[in-house]
Amino acid sequence: MSTLLEEKPVEKKEERTPVKRVSIIVSQGSLEKVYPALIMANGARMEGIEATLFFTFFGMDAILKKKQDKLKVATVGNPAMGIPTIVGAIPGMSAFATKMMKKEMEELDIPPVGEFLEMIEDAGGEIYACKAAFEMFHLKKEDLCSQVKEIITVGDFYEKSAGAQIIFT
Amino acid sequence: MNQREIAGRIVGFDDENFMVNHNDWDESIAAALAEEEGVGLLNDRHFMVIEYLRRVYEEKGTGPTIRRLTKESGVPTKELYSLFPGAPAKKAARISGIPKPKGCI
Repeated sequence: MSTLLEEKPVEKKEERTPVKRVSIIVSQGSLEKVYPALIMANGARMEGIEATLFFTFFGMDAILKKKQDKLKVATVGNPAMGIPTIVGAIPGMSAFATKMMKKEMEELDIPPVGEFLEMIEDAGGEIYACKAAFEMFHLKKEDLCSQVKEIITVGDFYEKSAGAQIIFT
Repeated sequence: MNQREIAGRIVGFDDENFMVNHNDWDESIAAALAEEEGVGLLNDRHFMVIEYLRRVYEEKGTGPTIRRLTKESGVPTKELYSLFPGAPAKKAARISGIPKPKGCI
């Protein structure tokens, strides 16, 4: 045992390979869940990193024409908001918090979801919808915004994510 | 700060190769930096971006976000990425002689 303790730790030469590709899964549809993913995808492209966004479950709302610019902040079950859940549940609270957050974001020049997806697509990012969620919610192709490249299965997603860091949000 | 010669002049750069003083900049330095960045020969469209970046920096003390840049410079996102391939915001700032962009957008 003592010899083990005396052994010097192996010095690892750390090689930091730069991130080359990211694949970001967006599985939730509240404003504060969708935006970080969009900011990360756009930020990746700005750094010359390939970026793929995969929308699934309630994250699908962000790519639905009718819903994408109406996402709301969750005021219930969100302790960091500083509002007790019971207060957060009062009608209008979520709309109010959403309004406040959108105002702050506008000041930081963060675009609305629809415009943001357009920016990401123009920057060379790829946007996909999840087939399972698409079927589960009985969606039609025309419900999706034009930036969605394809509706794909989870298998396709992994295939497209070859060599990428996968980030789940 | 690192001093080095570029386009026949001695200019100061920070550790990430952004010019320390944007007043030292001129078009021949821009051309030399573009060469270093792999952007190649600068054309009118590049200069639309460069002039816009420099103007905003001089007015506000900080470069614009990429959203503002594409909305106000007259160069859309797609074109920006093809003019400055790789990391457009950083490359364009470097060639324009202004500091590294600070925002996330």
